[in-house]
Amino acid sequence: MASKVIHALYTDDDVLMHAVKKVKEAKHHIEEVYCPFPVHGLDKAMGLAPTRIAITAFIYGCIGLAVATVMMNFIMIEDWPQDIGGKPSFSYLENMPAFVPIMFELTVFFAAHLMVITFYMRSKLWPFKEAENPDKRTTDDHFLMEIEIHDNEDELWQLLAESGAVEINILEK
Amino acid sequence: MYTISNRLKIASIVLMVLGAIGIGIGFVSMPGTVAEAKAMVASHDDGHGGGHEVAAEHHEEANDHGVATEAHGESHDASHDEHLLHQLQNRPWAALYVAAFFFFMISLGVLAFYAIQRAAQAGWSPLLFRVMEGITSYLVPGGIIIFIILALSVAHMNHLFVWMDADVVANDKLLQGKSGFLNGPFFLIRAAIFLGGWIFYREYSRKLSLAQDAATDDTNFVKNFRLSAGFLVFYLVTESMMSWDWIMSVDPHWFSTLFGWYIFASMFVSGITVIALVTIYLKSKGHLQDVNNSHIHDLAKFMFGISIFWTYLWFSQFMLIWYSNIPEEVTYFITRIADFKLPFFGMVAMNFLFPLLILMNSDFKRVNWFVVMAGIVILAGHYLDIFNAIMPSTVGDQWYIGIPEIGAVLFFAGLFIFWVFRALSKAPLQPTRNPFIEESKHFHY
Repeated sequence: MASKVIHALYTDDDVLMHAVKKVKEAKHHIEEVYCPFPVHGLDKAMGLAPTRIAITAFIYGCIGLAVATVMMNFIMIEDWPQDIGGKPSFSYLENMPAFVPIMFELTVFFAAHLMVITFYMRSKLWPFKEAENPDKRTTDDHFLMEIEIHDNEDELWQLLAESGAVEINILEK
Repeated sequence: MYTISNRLKIASIVLMVLGAIGIGIGFVSMPGTVAEAKAMVASHDDGHGGGHEVAAEHHEEANDHGVATEAHGESHDASHDEHLLHQLQNRPWAALYVAAFFFFMISLGVLAFYAIQRAAQAGWSPLLFRVMEGITSYLVPGGIIIFIILALSVAHMNHLFVWMDADVVANDKLLQGKSGFLNGPFFLIRAAIFLGGWIFYREYSRKLSLAQDAATDDTNFVKNFRLSAGFLVFYLVTESMMSWDWIMSVDPHWFSTLFGWYIFASMFVSGITVIALVTIYLKSKGHLQDVNNSHIHDLAKFMFGISIFWTYLWFSQFMLIWYSNIPEEVTYFITRIADFKLPFFGMVAMNFLFPLLILMNSDFKRVNWFVVMAGIVILAGHYLDIFNAIMPSTVGDQWYIGIPEIGAVLFFAGLFIFWVFRALSKAPLQPTRNPFIEESKHFHY
């Protein structure tokens, strides 16, 4: 399906922020913004929903804690409760201080790694993935805003030109 | 300018009066001299037997424990009765000491936080400097009261510190070996040096802070920065030694190397919590206009982080001793778990689990009543922390949170509130010429 998009390039993150606010005010849908570095407050200006990755991390941490507890309980208390140096292996609680370092580390391990993997999956990042930047310069010193065109080419061009764009391109996608 | 409201003033005076009555009741109902020791103990036991069946039973059981864990080998009745009498006599003193130290350590924790904010040149906190300076003003009355209690202990008015008793030391090789450090005069000299250093920094830094507002350049600010950095070095050493002297030496047979840090974490988190509570109170009264919920968020983050730091130290100390189970150090925890099970483990729930779950969410940290609720639980938890540090070696299994304990807390709470808010009303609540004040006003997280 052939659709046309407009690419507006900026060289300053302040100008970009103003342009984003202006485009949002004119009720155009911003497809994507490409930046060489994180621009503070850009997500708020674009109206992006807040991330839920911290919530997933909390859940993963709980899973890690459960895995550690169940594992240590089975191995040390249920399966073979032998006397190792006089440690009380009669119940999990009695010997718990010795398990806390493992419980802590597995909680952190699960929370950190599963959260990172979640991040990779949600942002579709993996080795040998084909890079998606529309313009090489956006990795160095240019910012690019992409807006889809719905028969309003001239109006959009006008708006973006006024917003301080250093270059505006229209291309088929 | 803030002026202390009449309601707050009356409330703090009512607290002081109620507390003083409670402390008085504690001292009046304390058993008498050593001469009437046996009779007192016997009547005390009778009273228990007649009135509270269950209490008496617990009493007996606990006494057995006391004998079993007592390393001195006092097994015959006379010395045991005397031991019991000393524990009962210690109770109002220990209640007073725990509460006095608890409120003193809050202002000392705030002082450390304040010095760190200055030395680190934090951009978010200058708006809160006057609040911190108000809280640290309690160092003077609180420190004097602590010093008086310590001096009275050295003067043998009580049995809080076993090593101050010449008869005990005469029969105790371990205490003789430590008497080069643990002796009355040196103990008081050290306390005077600690208190003098802390109070000097507080007063001088406050003076420079106020002078900076009226100045035309930043020399006062720079001086304060250097002073704070120097103070932190002094504080680190003296705080450690203070915790050996004032807390660890109630149990002079026991020692732990991370104890100083552990007490530091407790006072640091209590101090930060009180900064947050006072800030929220002042803001709710319409003062501190420029403080926004990002400042509260930052304080709550500190409460959360330092709570976990406290737990880390608590657990490290507990687990290392539990794991190796060396008799001479493990008695510390055995007596606590045997006689103080609920306060000992309850404080871990209050100081760790509760703040962990409440303050983890970033949005909750901006909600005032969440921070206040977490703050109250944290403060109660750290009172219990000091309670657990002092009580087992002073009153042992005779502990109870009753009139003397609650009275002492109310008295010092009243004094603390009165003194802190009086100090807050002495200077404008917002510094004007701090180089970071604009950044602090626009702080946003």
